[in-house]
Amino acid sequence: MMIETRYTKDHEWVRLDGGIATIGITDYAAEQLGDVVFVELPKVGKAIEKGGEAAVVESVKAASEVYAPIAGEVVEVNSAIEGEPANVNAEPMGAGWFIKLKVKNAAEVGALMTEAQYRDYLKGL
Amino acid sequence: MMNKQGRSTHGAADEHAHFETISGDRGLDHEEPLIFEIGRLGKCGVDLPEPEIKHDRLGGLRRRGTVGLPGLSEPEVVRHFVRLSRMNYAIDAGLYPLGSCTMKHNPRLNEKMARLPGFADIHPLQPVSTVQGALALIEQLAHWLKLLTNMPAVAMSPKAGAHGEQCGLKAIKAAHKAHGQKRNVILVPESAHGTNPATAALVGFTVEEVPANERGRVDLAALKAKLGPNVAAVMLTNPNTCGLFENDMREIADAVHKAGAYFYCDGANFNAIVGRVRPGDLGIDAMHINLHKTFSTPHGGGGPGAGPVVLSEALAPFAPLPLIVHYDNGFKLIEDDAEAKARDLKPFGRMCAFHGQMGMFVRAMAYMLSHGADGLAQVAGDAVLNANYVLASLKDVMSAPFGQGPCMHEALFDDAFLKDTGVTTLDIAKALIDEGYHPMTMYFPLVVHGAMLIEPTETESKRALDDFIAVMRGLAEKAQGNDKSRFQGAPFLAPRRRLDETAAARKPVLRWTPSAKSTAQAAE
Repeated sequence: MMIETRYTKDHEWVRLDGGIATIGITDYAAEQLGDVVFVELPKVGKAIEKGGEAAVVESVKAASEVYAPIAGEVVEVNSAIEGEPANVNAEPMGAGWFIKLKVKNAAEVGALMTEAQYRDYLKGL
Repeated sequence: MMNKQGRSTHGAADEHAHFETISGDRGLDHEEPLIFEIGRLGKCGVDLPEPEIKHDRLGGLRRRGTVGLPGLSEPEVVRHFVRLSRMNYAIDAGLYPLGSCTMKHNPRLNEKMARLPGFADIHPLQPVSTVQGALALIEQLAHWLKLLTNMPAVAMSPKAGAHGEQCGLKAIKAAHKAHGQKRNVILVPESAHGTNPATAALVGFTVEEVPANERGRVDLAALKAKLGPNVAAVMLTNPNTCGLFENDMREIADAVHKAGAYFYCDGANFNAIVGRVRPGDLGIDAMHINLHKTFSTPHGGGGPGAGPVVLSEALAPFAPLPLIVHYDNGFKLIEDDAEAKARDLKPFGRMCAFHGQMGMFVRAMAYMLSHGADGLAQVAGDAVLNANYVLASLKDVMSAPFGQGPCMHEALFDDAFLKDTGVTTLDIAKALIDEGYHPMTMYFPLVVHGAMLIEPTETESKRALDDFIAVMRGLAEKAQGNDKSRFQGAPFLAPRRRLDETAAARKPVLRWTPSAKSTAQAAE
């Protein structure tokens, strides 16, 4: 089965695979931020509420928080982007992922936007 | 090409304009090395007598190697810094449109007063009886600040805007503690200066954002919805960083107080309302005043800031030490808790060792006295008039997100007018350097896309504004006219071309290391 990617209004993407959700920021977010120069990721094992702070991302233009679109426990973080923040700009939807969460409630993912819905949302901005 | 006086800007030597000079300098543009590269270890510009050390008390801590400081003669030092200063931009060299920074002229009268020996040559540890004049000046400045804000108390010691925020929030924290309240949330609007959430975090609070409404003001309903038993205070800037007056202040103050919280106002933009609006009348509990903005004392590279904080009746007892008080023979300082307690005061501590930035107090006082109350009201009026002149003169070629109404002291533009041109806000800023101006504030506030924030201040003449407006209009037209090459790679005419900000942030070089050549020289 193909794994579907879901999106949020805050320009994050979520990919759920067997109870583990991979989370990152979208192409649009990466482009809007400009060159990312610093990423701060949470500790593995941290429980994050839906809407809680999951990471901090700093670009040449601004610093912003990345909020968790769903609740869960951090099981893995992408340490590679802490050392090479350029990966976030190069491949935001792939190698530039931020964290993996053990999902509390899979229905929260289903409630997020589909790719088509996210595209429509971008058109309205 | 002709200049404004109608003279040709192409001299006979034009054809040679691109040759390489032997020195690497270009006319009056000197290519200046670092001081470590000019100086030589072991060289000394002054004759110092050999130190007479009778008893070496350093034991094993005595330095064995050299300090590694470059040695230069006095003329070498003077030339080095004069040459560097000529590569720099300063308020004394031209208009400084940085929004939210209030880069106004620093009157020379202020400087003259600050250099009077009675103010300049005193020390904070001198006996209080010998500095009565200085204390009288601090007291008089405090009196004016209270009068202009209609607030009962002021803490003079904070040394910058953010330091003032810290002082205000510490007073708020102390007040909640005194009342047995455990509140840990500070509400901050999303257009806030970055220092607001940073200060709240530093003082140990959690920050929650309040969204802006479509008019660029705080969303009152959203703010009210967030108020609750955990909210310690709301921090608001008025006028805000969109250059707009927050017109729900009384209603916000009432709601904040009803919820048991305090109302902090960031006074960074007080210059827009000084002499016309008294923040105390709006129901605020604490506000810092940037003397280096509103009251024209130098800032940036020109001097230290100063951020006195006015406090309401509720917060006044918690003001930090030292406190200046009148007694029979003049002024004295309350320096410790016991003495404060005897007067029913509960200072939360100290912000710094002594009473604040004396030199800035003198300058601010000189500015106030030279303007008078009516003059200060005119300062605010002229600052607002100038910003609206800029807004009105540019909004047809640029895009002003809140341009349907007047602004306060600064004009905000977004990058909608650059859509599909390939030119960005950053490019406009860099092109402005080629035109001989310091860039405006860019990408702030975050509530609009690709923000450009311009604050001319009251000190610019109509002629200076017209020159700047002509440049901005020209750049906007070039950007829309597909003249992308004018922007990509700008600045072309500055001592340095466009710097790689990304590499500088990702791989900063924070320490100078000697080249092989200078190491060899030092060993000689």
